[in-house]
Amino acid sequence: MLTRRIIPCLDVKDGRNMRGVKFSADKDAGDPVELADYYNRTGADELVFYDITASAERRGIMRRVLEEVASQVFIPLTVGGGLRNTDDMFEMLRAGADKVSLNTAAVDHPNLISEGAERFGSQCIVLSIDALRVPDSSPARWEVWTHGGRRNTGKDMLEWSQLGVELGAGEIVMNSIDADGTRDGYDLELLHTVTNAVSVPVVASGGAGNLEHFYEAFSEGGAHAVLAASIFHYKDFTIGQAKAYLDEKGIPMRTDYE
Amino acid sequence: MLAVLDYGAGNLRSVTRALAHVGCDFEVTSDPAATADARGVILPGVGAAADTMAGLGSRGLLEPVKEYVSSGRPYLGICMGLQILFERSEEDDGTPCLNLYDGAIRRFSDGLHVPHMGWNQVHQNREVPILQGVPQDANFYFVHSYFAPTDNRRVVGATTGYGVEFLSVLHDGNIFGTQFHPEKSGAPGLRIYANFASLCGEAVKGGI
Repeated sequence: MLTRRIIPCLDVKDGRNMRGVKFSADKDAGDPVELADYYNRTGADELVFYDITASAERRGIMRRVLEEVASQVFIPLTVGGGLRNTDDMFEMLRAGADKVSLNTAAVDHPNLISEGAERFGSQCIVLSIDALRVPDSSPARWEVWTHGGRRNTGKDMLEWSQLGVELGAGEIVMNSIDADGTRDGYDLELLHTVTNAVSVPVVASGGAGNLEHFYEAFSEGGAHAVLAASIFHYKDFTIGQAKAYLDEKGIPMRTDYE
Repeated sequence: MLAVLDYGAGNLRSVTRALAHVGCDFEVTSDPAATADARGVILPGVGAAADTMAGLGSRGLLEPVKEYVSSGRPYLGICMGLQILFERSEEDDGTPCLNLYDGAIRRFSDGLHVPHMGWNQVHQNREVPILQGVPQDANFYFVHSYFAPTDNRRVVGATTGYGVEFLSVLHDGNIFGTQFHPEKSGAPGLRIYANFASLCGEAVKGGI
């Protein structure tokens, strides 16, 4: 049976890992290469590196991080942040990424999804969506925000998800801006809505605070994977503990990583 | 020396990184003559069947690969490197493949989330040399939308379930293929590369 995935997310700034809280990175959680190795050994099913470096040097720094990680960690690696064209994507894939995650650039230029899928295959292209619930909407609606949750595009989350898949995205990361950083749990209605509407795997992002939240994302939200940052970075729980808990509750997990 | 065939496959470097880690001698080549004196050939692959066939074709590698596989010398095909051994793929409105095995590569049914992406169990149907030391039902990393049939039981080394039971390891003498990506499957995956290198008579000097 296909297992559900647990994916730690590393926010990399200037070659260091930063934790993300409501999109404001502040506290340093260590060397990303070391952290990647630690997560791999403790059961991470994939790793996501999100580049929040502001400088022009950003891709060079991320490339070096990826090259180092990919030579010692043999699980799928995804990189996102600041990828503007297929040459940027190629540089990251060549450095060791297996997938690239597109967000703002894809909203600005939806053809970037199809160009990437055409050149590298759909399995390489992850569409990351930051969704904010429209207040008092019934049935519930969400709008797509970009630039780290600062700009409302006015696009409907569901329409954008479906268009993204049509254009060639092989996976969707659905990040709830409402839930992000709260540690109150994922937006389950958002997850449920998107997993029922698209044919590709959906990764839940934003809001994990305890292990029950992971369980809900899978069982109620229908997510294929959960993305989490601070819950693992500060060792509230290990990935192994999360997997043992979820396995016990009947969610298929890869537990033979040791 | 193992020959890793470069025909433009996106995951080539992931495969060579894994080979470097297990510490065996290999060369990356797109020279059609390289298959002649290689101790073993690895064909990485990811993406679409038509692109794979076109990539091999434009480099003059189709016939050499077919001849090499027919010669019975060690071959390891990864993902598309397994699929193209069959008659044809239904991908891209039908793509003729190398036709070394009967049957078509088919797409997972519509009710499933596709690609089949993530870790799934590989059930060994018999002893397969490249799976030596790999526990029964170990998890490996898959990412694919099309799958190979299990009709020809003679070549079924291992199977995996996703809506349907499909061929996850092909084994026919010295010919091997994995639908999953050993280079992305942690220690059990590295074990497969080490096993394959040993089977080709190559020393394995690194770790798993």
